[in-house]
Amino acid sequence: MAMKIGNEKFKDNVNKQMEDTFMRGAVAGAQERLRTRRLDAAEELGNWEEWRSHGEEIRQHTLDHLDYYLQELSENLQKRGGHVFFAATAEEANDYVKGIVKEKRAKKILKAKSMVTEEIGLNAVLEQEGCDVIETDLGEYILQLDDHDPPSHIVTPALHKNKEQIKDVFAEKLEYKQTSEPEELALHAREKLRQEFLQADIGITGCNFAIAESGSVGLVTNEGNAGMVSDLPDTQICVMGMERIVPTFEEFEVLVGLLTRSAVGQKLTSYITALTGPRTAGEVDGPSEFHLVIVDNGRSGILGTEFQSVLQCIRCAACINVCPVYRHIGGHSYNSIYPGPIGAVLTPLLGGYDDFKELPYASTLCAACTDACPVKIPLHQLLHRHRQVIVEKEGRAPISEKMAMKAFGIGASSNPLYAAGSKVASSVMKPFTKDETISKGPGPLKAWTEIRDFPAPNKERFRDWFKQHQKESGKA
Amino acid sequence: MIQNREAFLANVASRLSRTKVLTERPERNWNYRPQDKTLTDKTQDELVDILRDQCRLIHTELIETDSAALPNVLAEAVAAYGGGPLAIWQDPRYEAFGLREKLQSWPKQGIDVHEWNPSIGYDNISIVEKSNIGITFSDITLAESGTVVLFSGEGKGRTVSLLPNKYIALIPKSTIVPRMTQAAQQISKQVQEGKSIASCINFITGPSNSADIEMNLVVGVHGPVKAAYIVIDDK
Ligand code: SF4
Repeated sequence: MAMKIGNEKFKDNVNKQMEDTFMRGAVAGAQERLRTRRLDAAEELGNWEEWRSHGEEIRQHTLDHLDYYLQELSENLQKRGGHVFFAATAEEANDYVKGIVKEKRAKKILKAKSMVTEEIGLNAVLEQEGCDVIETDLGEYILQLDDHDPPSHIVTPALHKNKEQIKDVFAEKLEYKQTSEPEELALHAREKLRQEFLQADIGITGCNFAIAESGSVGLVTNEGNAGMVSDLPDTQICVMGMERIVPTFEEFEVLVGLLTRSAVGQKLTSYITALTGPRTAGEVDGPSEFHLVIVDNGRSGILGTEFQSVLQCIRCAACINVCPVYRHIGGHSYNSIYPGPIGAVLTPLLGGYDDFKELPYASTLCAACTDACPVKIPLHQLLHRHRQVIVEKEGRAPISEKMAMKAFGIGASSNPLYAAGSKVASSVMKPFTKDETISKGPGPLKAWTEIRDFPAPNKERFRDWFKQHQKESGKA
Repeated sequence: MIQNREAFLANVASRLSRTKVLTERPERNWNYRPQDKTLTDKTQDELVDILRDQCRLIHTELIETDSAALPNVLAEAVAAYGGGPLAIWQDPRYEAFGLREKLQSWPKQGIDVHEWNPSIGYDNISIVEKSNIGITFSDITLAESGTVVLFSGEGKGRTVSLLPNKYIALIPKSTIVPRMTQAAQQISKQVQEGKSIASCINFITGPSNSADIEMNLVVGVHGPVKAAYIVIDDK
């Protein structure tokens, strides 16, 4: 599975997703709430722009000196008794982890949410080894119970499910008999997972930011599951994307604050943990063995290119939460574990244009993502650049005009492009038309048609297409 | 052990247009330092005010007291959370803050107290897991976010703040700093002085929670379901 979450074509995926009305309502509501929380959190901090600029310069500096900082990180972790494995590819990373599992004869493996292990497809590898792999983040746990339903958002992965659906999953898989109240559902998961925590052989976590000066790994969660996963099993493996590193605790602090505010609108999440190697002499809890796996898997190919800034990403999902296209088509349409604007930029870089060349077109280039990004990645410019590269390579755009329009145009009257361009707004769209970045300025339709290399429809043709589409869907 | 580093970093260096891996620490000349002017002008009392306000947002009860009243205040907080069993660190601060008597009298009233004991190893975790309340001191306290910072250590088990149903943090007022900036600076200073930092540094902000079900906040997921802070005036 790895990064790709299905084999369907972008357009089929979009079509399928568009039919799911709960999903669309949930996405719209969640986007709005997360977006508002982020704005409140930013405002409350004051000088938000200055914090963003500082975040940006820290990320740029670190990437520009990545070889130094990775060297420093690995030296310092080794001094503290940790093992460091540099993995050029997903296979190398998976093989290393598999080796540890075999050596320990591990049966039960606990995981705390980690995008990079999803990216490299680690779970499937471990399950093939006969291990019981349990996701401990509540959202991931729900998806895993539901026969590995793929995530649709990088911060709240089960966003596309409502509580009734979750209750049904619990009833079927966990013999759950209570109501669909979130409190009761969460309590049930707590009790089930508590037993697992106490019996696990190996804990696997991701890494939000490693800290080079001390050889530490920083984890940011709300549920406390990362603590369980890193405190209880005797062996801990932490898997990090090679760019997820900062020079010292001082920069760690700045980026954690940007992450928690941008992701969930909190000043800090409930648990932020800096782990440095295995437990020390005399300590009882914490692992006796600590492994750090540093994964390249295509990242170095982005370094030194015009796309380098995408590696500044701190996976906060702020860009996803403001994206009108994500709102419209939902996370699964991207067919990647990285959805939304960040996914549309990153996925083709990591997974290649062959499989993902439609993704850069899943954008109106309205720049809301760029404005939201706490580390100032020029996302919409990178999307534009992708389109240029694709056209240069292929001699033409990968999806026909009609297809692209259809992708964004389904549900015509609530289409953000159409609504913003023609002042028609359905109830689903209302919150968005208030969004200054989208409804003001030249407007997305204009921005879109101005991109030369994209097979942009002129206005007449768009109207023709739209009429045609309405006929087809029986609305005219 | 470090494996595969050489080729991996050589590739990174070459992507960055270097012929070999950079070995000299790069200068960090930041153009922006917003953290230097965020809450840095506050007095200790103002920081307590900020902490108090923040606790309302993070579903955490804040109780203020002084050293003399602490034993009774803590006893009340414990009773309010349904009593024992209690789990605590092996930490001289309980005695320094006049809690020894209380800790000794509790068991006589049927409230079990488990003091973290490195010599019994993993049994600590089994006992702590069954405890109703975990009680630890805060090593550094962040006013802005309402966060207690805990350094793990021999007597300071990580799980005391994590496994019990409820958590009470004892916060000497002198540990309160404006925000995470100051904690990060303290830790970074330790590193630069060549001192070894705790294997686990936990920044804990209120009880555990999740918004994974329809974006509704649920308080109490894997960690404690309730948390209270007791601020002790230790001037
Ligand atoms: S690109 Fe920026 S806004 Fe999007 S997830 Fe990454 S850091 Fe957050």
